[in-house]
Amino acid sequence: MNSVQLFNLTTIGYFASMVLFLVYLIARSPKLALAATAVAWAGFAANTAGIALRYFEAVDMGYNQAPLSNLYESVVFFAWSILLVYLLMDLKYKQRAVGAFVIPFAFIGMTWAQLGLDDAIAPLVPALQSNWLTYHVITCFLGYAGFAIACGASIMYLILDTQKDKDNKHGILALFPDIRVLDDINYKAIMFGFPMLTLGIITGAAWANYAWGTYWSWDPKETWSLIVWFVYAAFLHARFTRGWVGKRAAWLSIVGFAATIFCYLGVNLVLSGLHSYGGA
Amino acid sequence: MTTPKYNLLHSVWNFFCSLKLTIFTLIMLALTSIIGTVIQQNRTPEEYLRQYGEGLYTLFERLQFFDMYRAWWFLALLVLFCLNLIACSIKRLPGVWKTVREPSLIMALGTLRTLANHTQFDSRHNAEETAQALSESLSSRFARPVLTRTEGGLHLFAQKAAWARFGVYVTHLSILIIFIGAIIGNIWGYKAFVNIVEGDQVNQVWPRGGGDPIDLGFTVRCDSFSVTYYDNSMRPKEYASVLDVIEDDQEVISDRKIIVNTPLNYKGITFYQSSYGPAGPATIRMRVTPKGGTPFVATNREGDHTPLPNGYSFAVTGYAQSYQGMGPAVQMHVNTPDGRHGNPFIVLQNYPDFDSRRGGEFAFALLDYKQPQYTGLQVNKDPGVWVVWIGCLLMIFGTMAAFMISHRRLWITIEPKGEGSVVHLGASAHRNQAAFALYFDELKKNLSKDLAG
Repeated sequence: MNSVQLFNLTTIGYFASMVLFLVYLIARSPKLALAATAVAWAGFAANTAGIALRYFEAVDMGYNQAPLSNLYESVVFFAWSILLVYLLMDLKYKQRAVGAFVIPFAFIGMTWAQLGLDDAIAPLVPALQSNWLTYHVITCFLGYAGFAIACGASIMYLILDTQKDKDNKHGILALFPDIRVLDDINYKAIMFGFPMLTLGIITGAAWANYAWGTYWSWDPKETWSLIVWFVYAAFLHARFTRGWVGKRAAWLSIVGFAATIFCYLGVNLVLSGLHSYGGA
Repeated sequence: MTTPKYNLLHSVWNFFCSLKLTIFTLIMLALTSIIGTVIQQNRTPEEYLRQYGEGLYTLFERLQFFDMYRAWWFLALLVLFCLNLIACSIKRLPGVWKTVREPSLIMALGTLRTLANHTQFDSRHNAEETAQALSESLSSRFARPVLTRTEGGLHLFAQKAAWARFGVYVTHLSILIIFIGAIIGNIWGYKAFVNIVEGDQVNQVWPRGGGDPIDLGFTVRCDSFSVTYYDNSMRPKEYASVLDVIEDDQEVISDRKIIVNTPLNYKGITFYQSSYGPAGPATIRMRVTPKGGTPFVATNREGDHTPLPNGYSFAVTGYAQSYQGMGPAVQMHVNTPDGRHGNPFIVLQNYPDFDSRRGGEFAFALLDYKQPQYTGLQVNKDPGVWVVWIGCLLMIFGTMAAFMISHRRLWITIEPKGEGSVVHLGASAHRNQAAFALYFDELKKNLSKDLAG
């Protein structure tokens, strides 16, 4: 079995988990939620094994590099990070309905990687041959994963908010966590993501200084990471301001995640700059 | 009575302390920053005119969109951001300082009961003994408490990680320090470049964006430059320059290899591998075997004709690092004594006997091909970079403390009751309430167990 096959299993696992979570929202059987979580863990295990195997496959080809060298590998790692942060939060909060709004991000990522991206293992170009690559990518993606979960919780928040005037919540909304819990998950996920993004930007700056001789050059990728940082900094300060909690905070979190995705993919696919791995 | 002047000052101060201003500035910074990622920065006017046409070009030029991160309005936003941050910190820090340094050691029972985490239990010991036992128990399980005696009874106060309250202010301070570092770098540093041909040396570099050359104060020599490729491909593996540093006729650094992620740093000036290119014609050494004769070595400079015996000559017209996957090769031709150009043919370095099958007057084998290169170095001096890194370190500690560490406080009031006493226990955490509630349950069990035992 090779890593690409393991990633196929991962994709199937995330798909199954997502479907089970959605059925759970309709059928309201706690057993389904448990099954969905178990399948998510299995998919995460396959994802982890795939990334580990891919490292050894590269070593066998004579390249001693972390499996974070191109867009395909980064998308796979993004899905892994989302699951890691989600499953850890699930252990703590056990708000199973959130899975239905978070697992899809990982599933979409894996599907795109498997169907649309080049899965060949290629050696690193000189600019990426640095240990900083590993630190930079891991911290950034843990941050992105926190934001993905915050975005999922915020979408649920806004759906629930439209129903707040009705006396009984019915249908799938009955299984949604309390609106305050969603607000709390949103905040906690960003409180985790924000320091990680900060570390990601700082390791990126340190690496840029080392490799290119300047820690900050307003390259589009750098600037977009700062834009994301500004948005979440605004979110965190908004918590202390009346009139900015709840709905507006949820919107800010969704805008922040959209900016995150643009920073990660849009910059490579639409704009030009130093982070060229996505363009090739 | 407040004078109008005081009122004005007061409202200016309130304006700068406002969190709404913070949110506004952060969102404006985020939105305006997008412009510079969509419009390419610092290009030539010709490029912009071609792309946007005259009308838009004039508008963008006036709005300073072509160098927007140095535009006055963007810098003004950054200054506003800093003033807001300083004012907010000055306003709120004294209160936080007081909470941490002069905590309220006694909490009135009425208030204590309103805490999310509170309990009360009886002790069979008298108040003094109970306070003694609880102090010991708290010291080992939580933190050393402070004891206060009042008429109402004995009071204990203990706290953990009070410093986490400063996380926010450390983060704010770190942003200012990073800005200071950036300003230092902008004033006393430079970004320059220099091209050195293999074997040459320089003691001046050229600032990017034009201007007079800058004296380094020492000499840098490039011994060699090389590109290596991954096996059988044109995918570059490494760009490397070998550099020496000479100061006062002394070679202070010898044969230092610099590659893309490994620069050379000398006296605060850093040399980074950034580009390369050919410098002058290549030199090609060939082993030539005349038909039925003995082999000899001939050297050709690309573009020249090298004479051969009996009035023949040859010239090399091209070179490939990898010719159809068979390794390095040259394209060449032989001129006949009457001056006619022969047909071009290919000589492969890895197959030295191959050319004899062509059946020409001479058989060629490629010994080596030397293309002199220049190495393009980026030369940076940034005396502010250490300030920036100190700021970054503070920011890491600050954000971690602000978001991940919780200031926990615990108050106990012990009232005498008959032979024994009553213990009122209350506690609060400034974040992560759910986890603290569990921790508190565990702690109160342990405290009453210690007291009973």
